[in-house]
Amino acid sequence: MYGGGYIQEEKQEATSPIDDAQKLAAFEARIDRGEKIEPHDWMPADYRKQLIRMIEQHAHSEVIGALPEGTWITRAPGFRRKLALIAKVQDEIGHAHLLYSAAETLGKSREHMINDLLTGKSKYSNVFNYPAKTWADVTVIGFLIDAGAIVNQVANSKGSYGPYCRALERICYEESFHLKQGHDAFITLATGKKAQHDMLQDALNRWWKPIMHFHGPPDKISEHTAKLMRWKVKMATNDDMRNQFLDMYVPKILEIGITIPDPNLKKNEATGQWEFSDPDWDEFKRVINGDGPCNAERLAVRQYVEEHGKWVRTAMMNPNQKVVIPFA
Amino acid sequence: MEAIKNLLFRMADDELIYGHRMSEWTGMGPIMEEDIAYSSMAQDKIGHALANYSILEKEFQTANPDKLAFFRKENELMNCQLVELSNHEYDFSLVRHFLFDHADFIRYEMLSTSSFAPLAQLSKKIKGELKYHVLHADTWLTRLGNATDESHARMQSALNELWNYALGIFEPSDYEAQLIAEKIFDGEKVLQQKWIEKISPIIEKANLKIPSSSSPVYGGRKGYHTDQLQPLLTEMAEVISSEAEGTEW
Repeated sequence: MYGGGYIQEEKQEATSPIDDAQKLAAFEARIDRGEKIEPHDWMPADYRKQLIRMIEQHAHSEVIGALPEGTWITRAPGFRRKLALIAKVQDEIGHAHLLYSAAETLGKSREHMINDLLTGKSKYSNVFNYPAKTWADVTVIGFLIDAGAIVNQVANSKGSYGPYCRALERICYEESFHLKQGHDAFITLATGKKAQHDMLQDALNRWWKPIMHFHGPPDKISEHTAKLMRWKVKMATNDDMRNQFLDMYVPKILEIGITIPDPNLKKNEATGQWEFSDPDWDEFKRVINGDGPCNAERLAVRQYVEEHGKWVRTAMMNPNQKVVIPFA
Repeated sequence: MEAIKNLLFRMADDELIYGHRMSEWTGMGPIMEEDIAYSSMAQDKIGHALANYSILEKEFQTANPDKLAFFRKENELMNCQLVELSNHEYDFSLVRHFLFDHADFIRYEMLSTSSFAPLAQLSKKIKGELKYHVLHADTWLTRLGNATDESHARMQSALNELWNYALGIFEPSDYEAQLIAEKIFDGEKVLQQKWIEKISPIIEKANLKIPSSSSPVYGGRKGYHTDQLQPLLTEMAEVISSEAEGTEW
């Protein structure tokens, strides 16, 4: 019952983990040929489950991700930044909307997903459990978190599930503008007055660890990767994406006189891999399991929103309403 | 000249403050579609404020739009009090949206034939955008007014609470006669008349009643505001005023 036109019965969860061998072989052959899987096509139960998990988490990340930046809309310095930031955060909510719709094609309703978010059953990107303390944090998020997300999303847009790929293509297109506005705001602080530069350095110091966490745990301790990659649900490993991100953005940070708070960060030219200090994967685990600086606050805001909007949703669902055609 | 400047400030300040209030719904709407709608309208409003301040800067050599928006004192702002009130719940915000946007749309429609060319030109563009704001407000008001007992009661209660503030939109300026004589703007009185004619049937369709007694809340247009405006201005200027004016952000 979340929203007007999106209501659907919960489909029965696929119960059998053993898939028909012939169908599975045909399915995997299609994926190998680079075909897209569409909602009404046969798919292994686990493919469906993993996709729902992934798309749902992505959608939640957009919704929760709107909060730390959203609180700065009213404080954005000047018309230009203000207009850009509203548009940006609006896009994020729009992305959530696209992604919930993509996940719904797999049989889980938006309301069900939102409920799982609110109860903590379903996760979202860990970075949004950290606070955006100053305006500089907004520029770090807009530049580097969005950049990290683009690396991930561009890769996954070449995946196998049609509705998710199409949503991601559109999302990536919009994200490229987010990155530009983030980069522009980031550079303005870096090259501005000393206080602005210091504010940015401080923000990057605080955000570096969450940024290193962004693409997930190292491949050697990551649980889901192998099968997801075979089915083209996931298109690059966590380590590959992190490496690509560092390749692209470390030079951009250093060239404007900002320091990265990790003395061990350097590229091993022989392997092509970046080396860095352990970004504290225990903290990553603690935060993702609820014990981060803002987990409680983020969910409390969403719970407040759900509770206070309930009468609107109930009204929209009321079958006795007299007016059903939009007045135009 | 003072007459046009005064009119532009009233309009720009309305849009700025109201855009600010609308932008507070980003991420907080009762359904995601409304988050997106309010963010979109907030961008339009703030864009309209910028456009009006830009005319002031260009035609009347005032300070630049950022300075006008972020560095003026509370008693220098000429927005009506309706737009500065805190958002409260969705019912309050929706009814305000309905009441304000109808007036806003008609105002820009009237101004699209203004003898002051820069404003006439801008108004033609803006009214095209406001058309959708009004459609949005009408759709929701009519649905929620006719849905559950709770939604109906909430709509009526918000209408009662906001009615006198809405009448304050039309607080006459000291320049009414001049604006009318010079065919710049037909004046607040005509605007109010058109507004009441436009919204009455929609309110009826939403199964709601216009409060029987009314007493307009004036003052905003002369710089007198509720205690809800200063905190908004302080918040809006928090970052930009942390460095000297003119600093790039």
